[in-house]
Amino acid sequence: MRLLLITLLALLVATVVGLGATWMTATRGTDLGTLTIGAWTARPKTGTSDVDPYSRATITRNGELPIGTGDGVAFTATTDDRKKPLDGRCDVVVSGVTPAARFWTLTLYDQKGHLVANTLQRYGFTSQEIVRGADGGFEIRVASRSRAGNWLPTGGIERYALMFRLYDTPVGVATRTQRDAPMPQIATAGCP
Amino acid sequence: MIRLLFTIIAGVLLGGVVHLVSVLALPRIATQDAYSRLTPLTKLNAVTQLPPADPSNIVMPFVDPAFAVAVCRYDLSGGPIKLTVPVSQAYTSVSFYTRNEVAYYAINDRSAGKKVIELDLMTEAQHNDLPEDEEITAADRLIIDSPTATGLIVLKALAPEPGLMPQAQASLAASSCAEQADQPAKQAEAPRGKR
Repeated sequence: MRLLLITLLALLVATVVGLGATWMTATRGTDLGTLTIGAWTARPKTGTSDVDPYSRATITRNGELPIGTGDGVAFTATTDDRKKPLDGRCDVVVSGVTPAARFWTLTLYDQKGHLVANTLQRYGFTSQEIVRGADGGFEIRVASRSRAGNWLPTGGIERYALMFRLYDTPVGVATRTQRDAPMPQIATAGCP
Repeated sequence: MIRLLFTIIAGVLLGGVVHLVSVLALPRIATQDAYSRLTPLTKLNAVTQLPPADPSNIVMPFVDPAFAVAVCRYDLSGGPIKLTVPVSQAYTSVSFYTRNEVAYYAINDRSAGKKVIELDLMTEAQHNDLPEDEEITAADRLIIDSPTATGLIVLKALAPEPGLMPQAQASLAASSCAEQADQPAKQAEAPRGKR
């Protein structure tokens, strides 16, 4: 009787620990093969055949299709440069320079990876439609209320993620630092 | 007390094994993966355009709304697949995924270097069966080996501005993905007929 109870306890602990760890890594992701530049994180290896098992688990669980390496690379940001989580009720400014690429797009998603509904039907910007300053620099204002210039609506949701995708770019598995890939800055300009 | 401690240590160790096995098994047992989501929406061995990305119509998470997207869900068991994608004005790419969403190959219009991206997709066994003199033409025919017999080909055309979306969709509408029929050097397999 005692032996049976102890075996059951061991199996219970094993199930909780094992599946709990799997659930954690599949939902939150791991640091395996990540490339972090400022607030941006990319996993260039998810677009190749040597994708790590944790990323594979996350990809199939979410039902997404990773961007292939010959196509481009995707960077995600959920915080600003000061590690403050991106808040849809605040004004967030994305500005600066971008790495070499034929095209880039910036898109706003909710935490599930869905687009956020808004009256303008604007879900992101491409490098071609952005309004630039005289020096070629740009500034995108991510806010819930209408802003002059490049306004990306948040719909007022509390937490969101920005995805910056580079297409036809040398940035990828070999990229290590900010010098190889100068990413735009993200700053929270003010909260109501 | 010692016994209880041992039990918990054994449980944690066993938990590590459970964790590793479940992470490795997840791609196989996931029912909501991209392939399963796209199966009811797409035709086999044919190009199907997906509706534009929209908050009310979510097929997959993290889809880039700046792109027109079409999918060819393939099954190579009936023979190799021939894919032709005319290049759009801005940017066109073709990505290949296995049944379990491993992106094993991707190419864009510039690396293809032509007005039309033309590819032959086959399994490794089918590639090995190709007659030798096929290699002469291999220079202008790009052959891709698929690690699995089934999978997804995703065709994407960029609309740099929302107003250019119809153009991007039109260029994808002219693409085709079908079982090969016209192979002069493969007389033995010719009677299989079209499509």
